[in-house]
Amino acid sequence: MSKVFIALQTNDDTRQIIQAILADNPHAVCNEQPAMVKIDAEGSLVVRRSTIEELIGRDFDLQELHINLISLTGNVDETDDELTLSWNA
Amino acid sequence: MDMKVGKKKLGLKEKYQHMTRGLGWETTYQSMDDVFPFVKYEGIKIHDWDKWEDPFRLTMDAYWKYQAEKERKLYAIIDAYAQNNGHLNVTDARYINAIKLFLNGISPLEYMAHRGFAMTGRQFPGVGARVACLMQSLDEIRHAQTQIHSLSNYNKYYNGFHEYRHMLERVWYLSVPRSFFDDAVTAGPFEFMVAIGFSFEYVLTNLLFVPFVSGAAYNGDMGTMTFGFSAQSDEARHMTLGLEVIKFVLEQDPDNLPIVQQWIDKWTWRGYRVLTLVGMMMDYMLPKRIMSWKEAWEVYFEENGGALFKDLARYGIRPPKWLDQIEKDKDHISHQAWATFYNYAAACNFHTWIPTDDELDWLSQKYPNSFDKYYRPRLEHWREEAKKGNRFYNKTLPMLCQTCQIPMIFTEPGDPTQICYREVDYKDNKYHFCSDGCKEIFEHEPEKYIQAWLPVHQIYQGNCFEEGVDPTAEGFDPLSAVLDYYHLAQGRDNLDFEGSEDQKNFEMWRGMATKNA
Ligand SMILES: [Fe+2]
Ligand SMILES: [Fe+2]
Repeated sequence: MSKVFIALQTNDDTRQIIQAILADNPHAVCNEQPAMVKIDAEGSLVVRRSTIEELIGRDFDLQELHINLISLTGNVDETDDELTLSWNA
Repeated sequence: MDMKVGKKKLGLKEKYQHMTRGLGWETTYQSMDDVFPFVKYEGIKIHDWDKWEDPFRLTMDAYWKYQAEKERKLYAIIDAYAQNNGHLNVTDARYINAIKLFLNGISPLEYMAHRGFAMTGRQFPGVGARVACLMQSLDEIRHAQTQIHSLSNYNKYYNGFHEYRHMLERVWYLSVPRSFFDDAVTAGPFEFMVAIGFSFEYVLTNLLFVPFVSGAAYNGDMGTMTFGFSAQSDEARHMTLGLEVIKFVLEQDPDNLPIVQQWIDKWTWRGYRVLTLVGMMMDYMLPKRIMSWKEAWEVYFEENGGALFKDLARYGIRPPKWLDQIEKDKDHISHQAWATFYNYAAACNFHTWIPTDDELDWLSQKYPNSFDKYYRPRLEHWREEAKKGNRFYNKTLPMLCQTCQIPMIFTEPGDPTQICYREVDYKDNKYHFCSDGCKEIFEHEPEKYIQAWLPVHQIYQGNCFEEGVDPTAEGFDPLSAVLDYYHLAQGRDNLDFEGSEDQKNFEMWRGMATKNA
């Protein structure tokens, strides 16, 4: 299985987002690097709006992710509720 | 950020559909071929532009909202960095030279990327593709401008940042990144998308922006971290666009496969050659190192690129050519590049140096198969010579590769003691190449590459002296005439870091920042 990843800046906005991603993807591994985190996951990774909203206590638009996003890999599929990264092979 | 999220009337997918479909039409006063003159000549066949998908489904309203927020954050940090003399918090002044390389060599490419995506968007008959190109074109002009603002901060204090536009068109090593992008924007629209959107953005820019910019943060450079990550936050979108282009084109017609494969081979190799500069920056120019070039290559190219090409295998795409050589090269290219810039420090707008003992040990540890055997003894030899007052400056101009324009510094795959030379006879001339990759790229389009403006050839032909200079005059000094042409001041912008004005100023200013005297 290939790995996908998402990398985010580390700041106050992303603390709960990172927490939410790790909660929704128990197979993911969080890599802390200077000023950023890189979350690696075998096969696929999902970012779920509802989990983020629970943690930040307000409505969240998944497109807000773009502000603190550094990079990602995998085929992207985004709906109002979820952003999924995955490889087909 | 705490943005208000309103109740949505349309879902993301529906909204994207409404904003990017049915907006174009078949022209009748002029033929479609006349309106979109470049869309067919590359041989790519598209049957249904509506199959184009932007997975982020971004529309302009969301685009402005998030880009505005990014700009606000970026300029708040850049202002704070300037007001607080943040440049004095970097690890040491040698570090600034990595930023000279970045802002002089890479940032002007952002502007060319802006032009490239604007031109490409103009050529595509499909609305979805045009909207995606439009956004990337706007992103790229933003990157160019934020980086020019950042450059102006450093330029107030350090040498080598003045006249970056002038230098881009003249200074020998800057022809490497410049010709790379010129090659891409003078290709057709589909090749440009594969070259920049896919091969550069998807396969290679992670190496530039992620570990290097994280390294800038690690070295206390908030300015670079901020413009770097702000640009990179658009990059995730660009990468996704690059991947979508490949999938879209391959799904449209089976005849597209061999054309796309040849572009992937060519542009991965071209981009890989340009990244030699980044390898050197990571291994030699960051006083506090975050990861070696080789490690970054393994994570971002071998692991991610490997997964990507495995995924694309279902379309018949195979991994790019010359990977076996690239695999062997990762132990060598950063050292070979640094040695070259050490040699030619008299003709550069940044400084070079011999790493400290600690740094040499770090390199030995990160490169157990190559550094002690091939590169450390040479650096130590140069250090001894410099101590005796013989700092080595090479005054002989190197032969350049006709394709990548890098001096012939790379070694034979599998034999690091032998420089790799390839040549091709074409019409009445002999052309020289650094590798099988560059040679094959030339052979595919010789009429394009024979036009290359090679800095060394131009110097020898007498085209790199200021007007009125007479190279036949008594006591003519070619190097100083070339420096005049580059607008570089001898002894200030060039030579070793040791003894440089940057070094002295930084020491003095940092002293003023921490003491009252
Ligand atoms: Fe850019
Ligand atoms: Fe080359």
